[in-house]
Amino acid sequence: MRRLKNLIENRLSRRAVLAGTVSAATLAMAGALTPSFAQDVNTTGLAVTEDTVKVGILHSVTGTMAISETGSVQAEKLAIEQINAMGGVLGRKIEYIQEDGASDWPTFAEKAKKLLVNDKVAAVFGCWTSASRKAVLPVFEQYNGMLYYPTFYEGLEQSPNVIYTGQEATQQIIAGIDWVAREKGAKSFYLLGSDYIWPRTSNKIARKHIEKLGHKVVGEEYYPLGHTQFNSVINKIKLKKPDVIYAIVVGGSNVAFYKQLKAAGIDMTKEKPLLLTISVTEDEIRGIGGENIEGAYAAMKYFQSLDNDNNQAFVKAFKERWGDDIVIGDVTQAAYLGPWLWKAAVEKAGSFDIDKVRLASPGIELTTAPEGYVRIHENHHLWSKTRIGLAKTDGQYEMIYETADLMEPDPFPEGYQ
Amino acid sequence: MTNLKSFMSRQEMLGLLVVAAVLFVVMPLAMDIFRLNLFGKYLTYAFVAIGLVLCWGKGGILSLGQGVFFGLGGYCMAMYLKLEASTPEATAIQSTPGIPDFMDWNQITALPWFWQPFNSLTFTIVAIIAVPALFAFIIGTAMFKRRVGGVYFAIITQAIAAILTILIIGQQGYTGGVNGITDLRTLKGWDIRTDEAKYILYYVNGGLLIAVLLLSQIVLKSKLGRLLVAVRDQEDRVRFSGYDVSNIKIFVFCFAAVLSAIGGAMFTLQVGFMSPSFVGIVPSIEMVIFCAVGGRLSIFGAVYGTLLVNWAKTTFSETFPELWLFGLGALFIAVVLVFPNGLSGLYRSYLAPIVDRFIVPKGRKAEPDKSTPAAPFGADTTAKPAE
Repeated sequence: MRRLKNLIENRLSRRAVLAGTVSAATLAMAGALTPSFAQDVNTTGLAVTEDTVKVGILHSVTGTMAISETGSVQAEKLAIEQINAMGGVLGRKIEYIQEDGASDWPTFAEKAKKLLVNDKVAAVFGCWTSASRKAVLPVFEQYNGMLYYPTFYEGLEQSPNVIYTGQEATQQIIAGIDWVAREKGAKSFYLLGSDYIWPRTSNKIARKHIEKLGHKVVGEEYYPLGHTQFNSVINKIKLKKPDVIYAIVVGGSNVAFYKQLKAAGIDMTKEKPLLLTISVTEDEIRGIGGENIEGAYAAMKYFQSLDNDNNQAFVKAFKERWGDDIVIGDVTQAAYLGPWLWKAAVEKAGSFDIDKVRLASPGIELTTAPEGYVRIHENHHLWSKTRIGLAKTDGQYEMIYETADLMEPDPFPEGYQ
Repeated sequence: MTNLKSFMSRQEMLGLLVVAAVLFVVMPLAMDIFRLNLFGKYLTYAFVAIGLVLCWGKGGILSLGQGVFFGLGGYCMAMYLKLEASTPEATAIQSTPGIPDFMDWNQITALPWFWQPFNSLTFTIVAIIAVPALFAFIIGTAMFKRRVGGVYFAIITQAIAAILTILIIGQQGYTGGVNGITDLRTLKGWDIRTDEAKYILYYVNGGLLIAVLLLSQIVLKSKLGRLLVAVRDQEDRVRFSGYDVSNIKIFVFCFAAVLSAIGGAMFTLQVGFMSPSFVGIVPSIEMVIFCAVGGRLSIFGAVYGTLLVNWAKTTFSETFPELWLFGLGALFIAVVLVFPNGLSGLYRSYLAPIVDRFIVPKGRKAEPDKSTPAAPFGADTTAKPAE
């Protein structure tokens, strides 16, 4: 309170010197009109000062998930630096406090609490796996924080304290399956995934949609995370001869899966069967090797190779900041949107208050997003286009199709549960 | 008073009083509720570390699977809390309201039979004690009756930790899988997430810890405790003296398991969720490290060791998010190289002589602690193959 008083007095004296004799009434009006007046933009005790605002970055930089989450950390830092270079948010420079979730869900919860309770950050950009999001969610709801979550995920969730900047399952899945059914004449599908909530929920939605189109699912299998022996399922696939292998294999298992697929003589470039994945971004291809996954299709919202001005500027800035050999995957781009969406919401609300930012969020648009235009839906997910990419030997996807309209996010899809 | 003296020396009484003072006075005064809650979380690991002192330090049975029991206790508590949080009103959005959310996501439409009893708090509390005790009894009987010990026992406990993790992750419809059981809210209608509840839980946790320390002290000072040390140092002699060595070992293993489970249950209450990441090999080994840093022969040392390691983990990772693992590694190397008997070893060599001068009556020399083995930390008795 005393700080606030000092602050006001300082401003008063400065103004008094500058303006000479100014009546108290105009002074008060000037105060109300100046957007940078601390108590107006922050009534809830967040870490906002006259010229800075603190936010949190919460990802794993150690442990098994570090390799996936590093891209998101880089994207968020880049976005924050760019915003600061443009003058910050409401005239304040963003300062970030980075915490390490250490690939450990309880650690995520502990650090989230630290950021909200101790550091009083105005927003947190972070989490990657569903498990870490589930662990921090009660913390964000209890202490009323704002989380910008970048990963494509299973849906079935809609929290007032989270903005989901990645796609939820239906956005990715329905467009992809429609496309293979329409363009490639696919009639039978073999569903395959890592054994946890995201692949299982996604395949549930995929199965319902395939059956709705009147086509057939000829097999559905799951393997534990880190599994490396896919020979038996590859043999089953050869036996059943599906038109499409629908693969949601996650993390390190991908390397074994695609190498064994190739070794077993399934040449994806011949498209018999063709492979459609929603889990392999450019980041994963670095581990798999472009030559092992050439010819596969991916359905997601962003590829590094997207040919538009926003994306070219983004890729250039990213490489300048983090090195030329870096690749940018779907989640990295979604992480980059977080700080920008937050900035837009704060400016629309004219305040850093979490409740005001939340109310201001639906309808926020971003025309400068690398993926193109996005908009926040009432349900806190993003309207975005879904694109199909064809994997090439150089480890990049070539975009061969994009939905004409933005896909509506639908985290609780009717008829798919 | 004579009764008290028979199981507690002046030094040990002082140790207990200091722990109590630290828990109930120093911590709450020195820290805000956020840090205090963190320390409450660390203290739940201290239950496991105390169990390991009895089991490993005193009894020579190295278990690398204490996370299993921590997890069993924690999951029992979490199942009760999850059922309470999953009222039909709170879960109206699901296709089957009234069951935990993760079951709904996995297309399970009715509450499985083994979840049903966890609607009762009494059953849950009994289960927190009984389930791990029974499980430890089965493992202990199977191993110790066959005279499996030493390294082989350690490896088997580690395998059990791995198996249980795989089971929990694989059966995600029934267990919440890798996400664990999250979003726990109330205990009998009492919101466990408020600051007030956190204070109360911290004190309950501290009280339980003191009770467990006292209980362990009684066990150690009893005939059973002396037999335990004898088993560690000369198992065959104890056997030839007519004692059933395996029963002693089974008892201490079950005892340690129950302590771990109490810690697990308190963990769930204070942190608000339970996940398989506390059950597996890595956390189990971490728990052994807490015990080693504290000094594996002192139950009080175990408490401080746990606090030190976890505090270091939090502080290092907050200060150096990308380098903190190296700091933690350096701490462990220092423990092994510089003070192999841990914090309690340091205390015994440097501080204890000074303290004794004040609390031991003049003319009587403080008795040297006979339970300290001659071999240093690296070459401990458990590393020998089973005899």
